[in-house]
Amino acid sequence: MNRARWIAAGLLAVVFLLALGANVLAPAPYAKQFRNDTDHPPSRQYPLGTDDLGRDRLSRLLYGMRISLLLAPAAALISTLLAAIIGGAGAYAGGAWDRSTKIMTDLFLSLPWLFLLLTVRALLPLEIPAMTSVIVTFALLGILGWAASARVVSAAVRGLRDSEFVLQARASGCPPSRLLLRHVLPNVKPILLAQFWISVPLFILTEANLGMLGLGVTEPLPSWGNLLRELENYAALTHSPWLWAPLASLVLVVSLFQFIVAGEEYAS
Amino acid sequence: MSLVQKPCKVETQLAASLRIAAIAIIFLLVFLAGCNRSAQNGGELRITIKSDPKTFNPLMAEDDSSDIVRYLTGGVLIRVNRKTQENEPELASSWTIDEDGRRITFHLRPGVKFSDGSDFSAEDVVATIKSAIDPNLHSPKGDPLRSGGKTTVRAADKDTAIIEFEHPVAGLERLFDEIAISPASMAGKADSSLVLGPFAVSQQRAGEFVLLKRNTHYWKEDSAGHQLPYLEAVRLYVLSNRDTELIRFRQGDIQLIDKMTPDLYEQLHSEDASAARDLGPSVESEELWFNQVAKSPLPEFKKAWFRSRNFRRAVSMAINRDDLARVAFRGHATPSVGMLSPANKFWFDRNLKPPAHDPAGALELLKRDGFRKDGEALKDKSGNPIAFSLITNAGNKARERMGSLIQQDLQQVGITVNFVPLDFPSIAERMTKTYDYDACMLGLTNVDLDPDAQMNVWLSSADLHQWNPAQKSPATPWEAEIDKHMHAQESTLDRSQRKADFDKVQEIADDQQPMLYLVDKNALVAVSPKVKNADPVVLIPQTYWNIEYLSLQQ
Repeated sequence: MNRARWIAAGLLAVVFLLALGANVLAPAPYAKQFRNDTDHPPSRQYPLGTDDLGRDRLSRLLYGMRISLLLAPAAALISTLLAAIIGGAGAYAGGAWDRSTKIMTDLFLSLPWLFLLLTVRALLPLEIPAMTSVIVTFALLGILGWAASARVVSAAVRGLRDSEFVLQARASGCPPSRLLLRHVLPNVKPILLAQFWISVPLFILTEANLGMLGLGVTEPLPSWGNLLRELENYAALTHSPWLWAPLASLVLVVSLFQFIVAGEEYAS
Repeated sequence: MSLVQKPCKVETQLAASLRIAAIAIIFLLVFLAGCNRSAQNGGELRITIKSDPKTFNPLMAEDDSSDIVRYLTGGVLIRVNRKTQENEPELASSWTIDEDGRRITFHLRPGVKFSDGSDFSAEDVVATIKSAIDPNLHSPKGDPLRSGGKTTVRAADKDTAIIEFEHPVAGLERLFDEIAISPASMAGKADSSLVLGPFAVSQQRAGEFVLLKRNTHYWKEDSAGHQLPYLEAVRLYVLSNRDTELIRFRQGDIQLIDKMTPDLYEQLHSEDASAARDLGPSVESEELWFNQVAKSPLPEFKKAWFRSRNFRRAVSMAINRDDLARVAFRGHATPSVGMLSPANKFWFDRNLKPPAHDPAGALELLKRDGFRKDGEALKDKSGNPIAFSLITNAGNKARERMGSLIQQDLQQVGITVNFVPLDFPSIAERMTKTYDYDACMLGLTNVDLDPDAQMNVWLSSADLHQWNPAQKSPATPWEAEIDKHMHAQESTLDRSQRKADFDKVQEIADDQQPMLYLVDKNALVAVSPKVKNADPVVLIPQTYWNIEYLSLQQ
């Protein structure tokens, strides 16, 4: 690891620790409404001020980061595994399998995922608790988001399948399972890891998009997505420089930067 | 000679001076008159519409944009004055309604001309009304007239039109506020270019604007005898984004904004307090109701909660409406008293009192139905924890804030609310087809102030009877009672009797709380200081209801 990656990893670790320590660090419960202190500027009681319902912004930011930072990697893991299985297996098998996985990948890439998510969200039972709804949302992101990664994995596996060392191993009687696990998989591992790192910020942003539409993580749970909705009030940004929303977006961007740098470095 | 000549010379000089002074005064007067004229006439008012009008046919106007064009271009027989809320003569200088309420006779204003200079007569009224009630045209403006059964229209003479209905129609006059009279040759297929209103459609660029030019033959004059309207033109920019609308207002590109959101209003108010005006409660309210549909897929215990008057009243008492108005609407809303806003001056029942916020009282009321507190949670007599989902449309900030506030308010009495904003088609599907929801929160606008316009909500057989729509027979005695009074108010022409019946409906609704009225939104508008004679009101169109009298400071 070079120095930049160490710094990125360190910052990322700090962000994760802050998020994980929300229970201890948050000055107030994230849902508690101090109705006489709505849109309060930063103070000793409210270090980042309060939102339009009088909820402490710092507490909501910490809890929101926790949700996004824990669930986005989980969704990325699901999508990367699916990409490895569908893209990798299809390309390795070749022929009709390869063609059908290609068609399936193209089909998933062409899906209007946002509408699909809206539809699935609308079909969910209304009684499910907010946290379950969040988990379902991220799980859906993972299940629907494998196609782009699968294309990359598939191209890599196709190259490996026709490489000389694989041909040699096959010619020397190496069974397919051993060929896959000992020769192909170790060689696509960096690509899978890169795809994982790239998917994490993608899913955080997707959740943020859903949150901006009011359809991501539901109230009163906070997430980066619904916290960023305060950025819609552009006038408040100028009148209230202390507004935490830019800070939250900054944290988001820094975190994404770290993820992407780490992923790209790893891939290279 | 000299004695004579000298005074003559003096006189000549005096006369010359007087002539110069007179000429100067005349020039000054002409100049001042010109100044006055420029203040009274000319100028192009610019406002926005949310989308391209779907039609310029005034009888077919249904969407907001088409309706705005209809209002600005259409000449009507009777106008509901948006300020006084009373009916006023327009193209009909007077009218009479027969005692049994089945016939209305319009005496038309003489000398009125269409925008091309052609004469207006009773034949135009007859042709327009016939088109409006033609079932083949499906005119949304003619629907209320068709409720009177078989209708005949005829011209008694050039200036008299008579309309006869099979059944009496209560509040008949107000129906003509929406029917723009077109030339007989164009009735049913008019395009708002040949009109009797203050402006006529002159140009349209799809997605950009609609330009309305002054009708030079408009019949109305101001008190000083000047022909109206003062403005030369009105440009309606097509603009759906409300943030952009405010930016363009601040840049001076548009001069009026109706129905502002509390957030945008606050933005404008902090920069230019004189341009932002809060007119008080409007006729738009926010309400919450529980699903009482018998065939809904809800479990029986939930259906029992929602059918309980005490449960509904307790939830109502546990909600802090003052906080909803203060926090969710930034103080630009008023806690609702009942099904009507006080902005509806005549029909609002002034005996009703706003529900008090009383969580302790709510718990007492719940105890009467066997509900009890078990730790922090409230449970029914079978031990089911009281929890319900509350749906609303996603993206409406104030409504989403209300949802969060209600969630916390009800938590105080042990009720868990699962607040779920959904996209609107999903809500409509659940409300009208699957009935798969517990409670819903939406807004209603009473465009028409008359109780007749509420028939489609309050009759138990109505499709918009949200909590239990389209009942074959009233499911509860109190709904039967409401039906009785709604029909009674509809079948009499005695306004005070109608008021008494409708007051009764309001009282039953207040007692049973099938709909929990939360807040009445305040009418928030923006008016540029350049606009003269602006007199915004709570009814739409809020800022340009008196368009003929508006002028722009040059």
